[in-house]
Amino acid sequence: MTDPALTPELVRQHNLTPEEYEAILKILGREPTYTELGIFSVMWSEHCSYKNTRPLLKTFPTRSRRVLVGAGEENAGIVDIGDGLAIAFKMESHNHPSAVEPFQGAATGVGGIVRDIFTMGARPVCALDSLRFGELSNPEVRRLFGGVVAGIAHYGNCFGIPTLAGEVYFDKSYEGNPLVNVFCLGVLRHDQIARGAARGVGNPVFYVGPATGRDGLAGAAFASQDLTEESADQQRGAVQVGDPFMEKLVCEACLELLATGAVAGIQDMGAAGLTCSTCETAARAGTGIEIELDRVPQRAPHMSSYEIMLSESQERMLIIVQQGREAEVKRIFDKWDLPWSEVGRVTDTGLMVVTHHGRTVASIPAKLIASESPVYHREARQPDYLQAVRAFTLAGLPDTADPVAALNTLLAWPTIASKNWVYRQYDHMVRNNTVVCPGSDAAVIRIKADSIPPAPEGRAAQSPAFTGEKLIALTSECNGAYVYLDPYEGGKIAVTEAARNLACAGATPLGVTDNLNFGNPHNPELFWQLQESVRGIGDACRALGAPITGGNCSLYNQSPNGPIDPTPTVAMVGLIEKPEHITTQWFKEAGDAILLLGQPVDMADPLQGLGGSAYLQVVHGRKTGLPPRCDLDTGRVLHEALRSLIFGGGIKSAHDCSEGGLAVCLAESCISQTLARNTPRRIGAHIDLSGIAGARLDALLFGETQHRIVITTSRLTAARTLAQAAILGVPAISLGTVGGDALVIQTAAGQWSWPVAGLHDSWWHSLARLMQPANA
Amino acid sequence: MHFAILQFPASNCDQDAVHAIRVLGHSAELVWHKDTSLGAAEAVIVPGGFSYGDYLRTGAIARFSPVMQAVRRFAAEGGLVLGICNGFQILCEAGLLPGALIRNRSLQFRCEHVHLKTATRDSPFTRRIPPDTLLRIPVAHGEGCYYADAPTLARLRAQDQILWQYCTADGVLEDYASPNGSVEGIAGICNERRNVAGLMPHPERACEPLVGSTDGRWILESMIP
Repeated sequence: MTDPALTPELVRQHNLTPEEYEAILKILGREPTYTELGIFSVMWSEHCSYKNTRPLLKTFPTRSRRVLVGAGEENAGIVDIGDGLAIAFKMESHNHPSAVEPFQGAATGVGGIVRDIFTMGARPVCALDSLRFGELSNPEVRRLFGGVVAGIAHYGNCFGIPTLAGEVYFDKSYEGNPLVNVFCLGVLRHDQIARGAARGVGNPVFYVGPATGRDGLAGAAFASQDLTEESADQQRGAVQVGDPFMEKLVCEACLELLATGAVAGIQDMGAAGLTCSTCETAARAGTGIEIELDRVPQRAPHMSSYEIMLSESQERMLIIVQQGREAEVKRIFDKWDLPWSEVGRVTDTGLMVVTHHGRTVASIPAKLIASESPVYHREARQPDYLQAVRAFTLAGLPDTADPVAALNTLLAWPTIASKNWVYRQYDHMVRNNTVVCPGSDAAVIRIKADSIPPAPEGRAAQSPAFTGEKLIALTSECNGAYVYLDPYEGGKIAVTEAARNLACAGATPLGVTDNLNFGNPHNPELFWQLQESVRGIGDACRALGAPITGGNCSLYNQSPNGPIDPTPTVAMVGLIEKPEHITTQWFKEAGDAILLLGQPVDMADPLQGLGGSAYLQVVHGRKTGLPPRCDLDTGRVLHEALRSLIFGGGIKSAHDCSEGGLAVCLAESCISQTLARNTPRRIGAHIDLSGIAGARLDALLFGETQHRIVITTSRLTAARTLAQAAILGVPAISLGTVGGDALVIQTAAGQWSWPVAGLHDSWWHSLARLMQPANA
Repeated sequence: MHFAILQFPASNCDQDAVHAIRVLGHSAELVWHKDTSLGAAEAVIVPGGFSYGDYLRTGAIARFSPVMQAVRRFAAEGGLVLGICNGFQILCEAGLLPGALIRNRSLQFRCEHVHLKTATRDSPFTRRIPPDTLLRIPVAHGEGCYYADAPTLARLRAQDQILWQYCTADGVLEDYASPNGSVEGIAGICNERRNVAGLMPHPERACEPLVGSTDGRWILESMIP
């Protein structure tokens, strides 16, 4: 096969600008080969190089005394959790592949993030996913939603990782461009951290895992373009096909091999496959690397060097082995019946050299691909639509006349409704560590001895085996509507709500991984959204003591219908010190006192918390108004106060107010406990809000004022808890009592009652009903 | 008591079974699928997972593995063998248990706690379950719909081989209580000789208060003399 001639057209097709091509000429001192052009194209895509976002990402807080491996250093960040143990976690997107092929797109998203974690030497122990779709009335959206959930289930369940938290939002802006953000967390001991570096000149380079095919050619470049009408047909070949069975074997074999100490460096072949893994490992170690493509296992005949280098076939790893210890690789990979091949070695030339059929097809200074990659300071301009958003007032908006119907409608709104249709398809209990299942504010898992990879041989004697248990809480959050209406405030709210969820579970934040899903960065208004929300996230992470340890950017999220709502998804991980601190959101016993921590309604907000609210969207059909204000000090004090109360004992439940406001929060506290299949445990409550003056009724019930948490205590300790909250600097009031078969809310404007069975029905079955329309 | 826990490629509940047995105060070791001996095992657990990727059909490849020949001999000698989830599927494929497990009625994977009624306490897998006590144990499977033809079912009934059935929280056998549409709500059975049993629910995931249920202990402890 002859390579095509390098023309400006070919360069453009590779998404490289004329200036970027000039930079390539300068680095090489000559014209690139076709294979080299492909290599630069993927390495300098936004997906791999962060060329549009790097200046913004630098502003994030990334350090704390617990951070062992920080953002951008390796495949995932690592955080100390004490007793010599650490966790590795990261979130990544698979938006564009899922838009064209939802099942495999989502499945391979899980595969990719799981590989990122075991590449660090950690055993993957749980996953979560954050999903966004259009409205379920559209059959195409139902197909995408069903396919994505089935794909995540297929991969995660077979691999044997519990998928136990996440969120799903539905909004028209995601129609045609769904978001699939997947997160994985792994556990390891400090002395088990592996590095993605090609260290040790002369060390052999091994390729392990299944053969390379033509699937997923240049997926990273695909991820860095807008989706068009033709994407589905043209790009389906850029979507990879995943094999979770293979991944499970590769993971176990790699962890076993890492324990031998024979590994000098390890890197998964994710985006840009062999290209990215060889360049990055050499660049990190300051070495060179030479590989011979004839030795790469190949699935298809007559593959060109361009295809082999750019393939994104799944479940492959690059391992740099200590010279002389090759036999151990062979022994372990043969045991697991996995293909392996020695494909090259580490050199001191600083060059990444690729040969094929005896010919050098690429020779590139590895470090320069990374260090000389373009960086763009894009133009940012405040979007015009914000004028209308800011001008919105409540004048002319009638107060609610039918709160009973409004609450039922909100509970059935897909974004608020129970996500059991999703998580019952995920094995969320495999590995025997799930302490709080999906359905509470945050999921909780324990870490025990078998969560940790096998100990390095010979070192086991030095560090005693871990025999205890640790508890980790996880949550993810991002209300895209808020971010659309005020990117800075919306970014702050995403982080603060995630931290609030962790506090409700009794956890203290350890760190954050973020996934920035935005539109085309060349559009100044969309870039402004990105810039402002990054500022908001950074400020909130600083204020709440949660460093960002890594993440992912997914730009170009727009379909012919327009850009998505800006969605900087935040996944936050926290530590629970003692089992008795674990707190869930549902009411426990009749007679318990219900208290509210925080201001019932933020009266300094002219919209009283209704701006951008679910209520405004669902009942009035308007997505507008400035979202509720998020004062970070107030948030920090509230979270610390709640933790103090939980640590003191006696807090029986804690649930934060978010979408749908206080009424939805109370309803969920009544109906969200599930004992078993078809066996919810529902309990009513009597709430008295008649002492709260000044606010509109819709704002009081459904407004989304920030920094509010509903807690319960036994009746005897309620007064003491209110007094403690006051000392801790948090406003707190008594709301009522748990008990009965209905949620009854008394306000100055009247009293309303909802039988809990009806509330549960609206909330629990909504997604299943929408996914199976009567005549489908 | 010493348990052998089989380990196939892509077994993923193998460690969970080891952990549960140790929680009960007994010992367990993993036995690799290429091994031909079960060592000093006094009982065998075939754990859950996706053995060999469950390609072709769940459990269809695992039945041919070397270790399964050892399990056959062990069972023929009267040893206790319990298959959980994928392990149940493997034992059916291997002919050690009658019937088959097919796609769930919903055509979707189901992970949730279920209620189980113990149909007979006359087996080494149910004998310690307190009478009239429902078990609350998780399921997690895509192909757990038990099927057997009418003569086989009649035999299962006649020989008292049905061990567990899905039921409501009140102990009623209702169709909607089943997560998969199994015939007669069957969740687990044993062989005629009563030394080999299989069930779709995961007793090993229900042995500690921290993970939400300890009802699985009744099943595993029944196996211990």
